[in-house]
Amino acid sequence: MNFFADAVAWLFDPTNYVGSNAIGIRVLEHLGFTLLTLVFASVIAIPLGFFIGHTGRGRGLAVGTAGAFRSIPTLGLLTLVALSVGIGLTAPYAALTVLAIPPILAGAYTGFEAIDRATIDAARAVGMSEGQIVRKVELPLSLPLLMGGLRSATLQIVATATLAAYVADIGLGRFLFTGLKNLDYAQMLGGSILVILLALLLEVIFTVLQKLVVPRGVAAGRPTDIWAGFTKLAR
Amino acid sequence: MTWIWSNLDFIWDRTLDHVVLSVPPIILSFLLAVPLGWLAYRFRVGRGIILSGVGLLYAVPSLPLFIVLPFIVGTTVRSPLNLIIALTLYGVALMVRVVADGLASVDRNVRQSAMAVGFSEWTQFWRVEFPLAGPVLLAGLRVVAVSTVSLATVGAVIGAQSLGSLFTDGFQRGIQAEIIAGIIATVVLALALDGALVLLGRLLMPWTRSAPSTEARAPMRSDKEAVA
Repeated sequence: MNFFADAVAWLFDPTNYVGSNAIGIRVLEHLGFTLLTLVFASVIAIPLGFFIGHTGRGRGLAVGTAGAFRSIPTLGLLTLVALSVGIGLTAPYAALTVLAIPPILAGAYTGFEAIDRATIDAARAVGMSEGQIVRKVELPLSLPLLMGGLRSATLQIVATATLAAYVADIGLGRFLFTGLKNLDYAQMLGGSILVILLALLLEVIFTVLQKLVVPRGVAAGRPTDIWAGFTKLAR
Repeated sequence: MTWIWSNLDFIWDRTLDHVVLSVPPIILSFLLAVPLGWLAYRFRVGRGIILSGVGLLYAVPSLPLFIVLPFIVGTTVRSPLNLIIALTLYGVALMVRVVADGLASVDRNVRQSAMAVGFSEWTQFWRVEFPLAGPVLLAGLRVVAVSTVSLATVGAVIGAQSLGSLFTDGFQRGIQAEIIAGIIATVVLALALDGALVLLGRLLMPWTRSAPSTEARAPMRSDKEAVA
């Protein structure tokens, strides 16, 4: 337990809060990096997922690609891209965006697919246009699953952003690698604790968000996350 | 390409290391997840606690876990045992949910029939619920297998030998072919284990071969009921 006491001491040591390697700066870097990658991936994946979910076209391709991506090791992709484009931030951003697309895509289209066809037929029967069906019926009903996809993607990004410190000078992972290199247990444990806390915090925020986006009247029995989608992807 | 041909031995050794790291967690997580998933399925209180617990566990990023875990369980950072324990935890986190959902997807009428012919809870579980949940469990286990193989590579950055060593070594020495070989070997290993699980499923659940399998539709069904 001595090691953990050292780690806590490291976390609260004021000298670790100054300079370019300050804990505060690294936390913001990690968070900013995560959010920006999430935005990049969402801009690509959400419209595509809605298209697949609404029309049913390209579904097989999406499921296959997502399945294949699950088996690609993140560290391999990260080091490969870093070696091709050179040291810097381009590699982590590119690699992480690619990794975050499949869960968001899956969340977007499974959200549409999980909707009872009768509900959509009813919307069509009362005279809604295709655009109205997407915006007023499918979108709100699919939000919980989409949020589940964003949640999985965020977890993936936070974790891989830590690994990104292996190829670039970014984020909380720096503390882990510096600590490992110098056998500085306080630093590597302190850094690890920070990453874990950040990940758990984001997880809790997304859990709450996911509950909030469930439209009124459909709260009972909603699938609360993307697990169902993942078991489907595996097949 | 020449790198690959002249280093086949190295790739093979790292593949064996990788198997040692990734196969035990796949098996262990299944063995641990069945009782936990059953508890989550059987008891309402247990469900909330266990499922939020494994949800949070799954949210813990791998690299920090690999570093923190040795200080809790007393292994060294680089020991294979450390990685095996960590990967088992992730497998359990994924699988418990699947077990709970799979058991819940068994038709109520079937369950009541079993009860009506006098099966005890124990017999009912092993003879009725567990086999019928089989296809869902298999689907979950396949996800666990593929993600465990992929995740095991991360151990390379803390010095645990695996196919991930091809990434760290290739990156440090600037050998692109080595990284590509590592990615391909990892994907092939994942697909091989996945294929083995599918075969095992066909052997153990011969009834799924003819009829389309019971899909993991439990959440979907309740969803439809809720919307309707």
